[in-house]
Amino acid sequence: MRGGLWQLGQSITRRLAHGDKKAVARRCFASEAELKKTVFHDFHVAHGGKMVPFAGWSMPIQYKDSIMDSTINCRENGSLFDVSHMCGLSLKGKDAAPFLEKLVIADVAGLAPGTGTLTVFTNEKGGAIDDSVITKVTDDHIYLVVNAGCRDKDLAHIEEHMKAFKAKGGDVSWHIHDERSLLALQGPLAAPVLQHLTKEDLSKLYFGEFRVLDINGSECFLTRTGYTGEDGFEISVPSEHGVDLAKAILEKSEGKVRLTGLGARDSLRLEAGLCLYGNDMEQHITPIEAGLTWAIGKRRRAEGGFLGADVILKQLEEGPKIRRVGFFSSGPPPRSHSEIQDEGGNNIGEITSGGFSPCLQKNIAMGYVKSGLHKAATKVKIIIRGKPNEGVVTKMPFVPTKYYKPS
Amino acid sequence: MKSSSYCFSDILSLQRNNNQNSREKRRCRQTQSLMALRMWASSTANALKVSSTSRPHLLHPFSFSRCLSSVLDGLKYADSHEWVKHEGSVATIGITDHAQDHLGEVVYVELPESGGTVTQKSGFGAVESVKATSDINSPISGEIVEVNKKLTETPGLVNSSPYEDGWMIKVKPSDPSELDSLMGPKEYTKFCEEEDASH
Repeated sequence: MRGGLWQLGQSITRRLAHGDKKAVARRCFASEAELKKTVFHDFHVAHGGKMVPFAGWSMPIQYKDSIMDSTINCRENGSLFDVSHMCGLSLKGKDAAPFLEKLVIADVAGLAPGTGTLTVFTNEKGGAIDDSVITKVTDDHIYLVVNAGCRDKDLAHIEEHMKAFKAKGGDVSWHIHDERSLLALQGPLAAPVLQHLTKEDLSKLYFGEFRVLDINGSECFLTRTGYTGEDGFEISVPSEHGVDLAKAILEKSEGKVRLTGLGARDSLRLEAGLCLYGNDMEQHITPIEAGLTWAIGKRRRAEGGFLGADVILKQLEEGPKIRRVGFFSSGPPPRSHSEIQDEGGNNIGEITSGGFSPCLQKNIAMGYVKSGLHKAATKVKIIIRGKPNEGVVTKMPFVPTKYYKPS
Repeated sequence: MKSSSYCFSDILSLQRNNNQNSREKRRCRQTQSLMALRMWASSTANALKVSSTSRPHLLHPFSFSRCLSSVLDGLKYADSHEWVKHEGSVATIGITDHAQDHLGEVVYVELPESGGTVTQKSGFGAVESVKATSDINSPISGEIVEVNKKLTETPGLVNSSPYEDGWMIKVKPSDPSELDSLMGPKEYTKFCEEEDASH
């Protein structure tokens, strides 16, 4: 869901492999000139950020710390990420929840005010258009964050369905929070550091919960969530106060919370077993296949009512043909699109994300295999540069999550 | 014995002396290159047999901020960022400090077997970092007479010692005149600066 580094890496690799290096460089340079910048852009560059094009934005892939160290530091201390490239929006109106339920698999009506959940926007065939974190602020106000790379299609999709919904008398409208910026503060020091900057007692805000509150002197939308597997927050801050807030967070942590880029973020979400839209989830993959059955509310399983419900409910009943699973492997780190074979050399699937885990110091990956071959401990071969490497199916997350939940 | 040099911008960085760079009095410049754009990808023309024996592990990973990549005298350089040191009948090959700097921590090095052949500008192996995969092209043609087995267990040597302990293969050149088409240190330094500046 969050970040799309590997998608970038893959597309760059493909381009380089097929073109003259200098020509490619010029094209990249041209595209950079047109990239959007977050309000933190100059702040990133001043702090040694290496900026790369991502989803039409100039984003930091890394700072002075190596990706290895940034990943480990997030789990030991904390990380501050700029995720302003992602799109925040609000749906308002008496019928906001029923409207959204036509588009996502979550039980929106069943969410208590001040709570949220991960959900999936589906297409007519039950495939994933995008994944998103949705939060119910009040019964007539829902706040969502969607992936940067999916923003245009998501907004077009929502707008199209909203027109039809309103034409039938539905009461719903929307606002895109382009006046705000988004920071993700993750790791064990996230809560202690943020507590210094707000008067509200953060120990009473649990994983998945949402508040509108004053942080460092400005009104922020705070969600206790993240895409690293760690305890932490996503903070929507008025853009004019964004840099001040980032500085305050870094200052309060006395250097232990580090600015962290997309490179480490991708390692963190992979270690946590979380999907990257564009790699592990796409238009032709259903939430069932992706292992997100838990995200379909109980009432929704009975009622359907979302796009592609017939396909999804059938898969619920019969089981999907493919499933997303995790892998450990030896040899080179697997990357997206590596073929997976059974021990007899038959194709059984494909890797969708993979790399070297900084925390575990070994190769990890996720991908899709035929149902029946998805059990933990199943032995596989992962084909890299034409050569088979030993792999084994494993449950995810690879690194245990540390979400802050009531005990 | 020459070492890489590091910036003082990170007080935890390791300090080593590099007389060669000191003598050249080059200014310290922060490398602002885009890591994701440094994919020295190229197809492997030779179907070389490659070995892959055990899991990679790293020596004590640490943070450092690199101000400039070192370039040594006495070596020849390819535009795909490999170096060659020709001594007697054998040439030693590895990737440059500039290359490892852009790759980040190396977690796996895939190398061919002794006895195989390499061809100038064609791939003979691959380097894997946390986030990137890069083919390694041979700067010269010849027969592989030795492979650095230490890299199987300690791929991080490519980062910590790209010109010494991190060497990759030794080759008996089939055509020593191929070395003449490679860059010298000054030319390579300029090449890297121009490449960085164009991104």
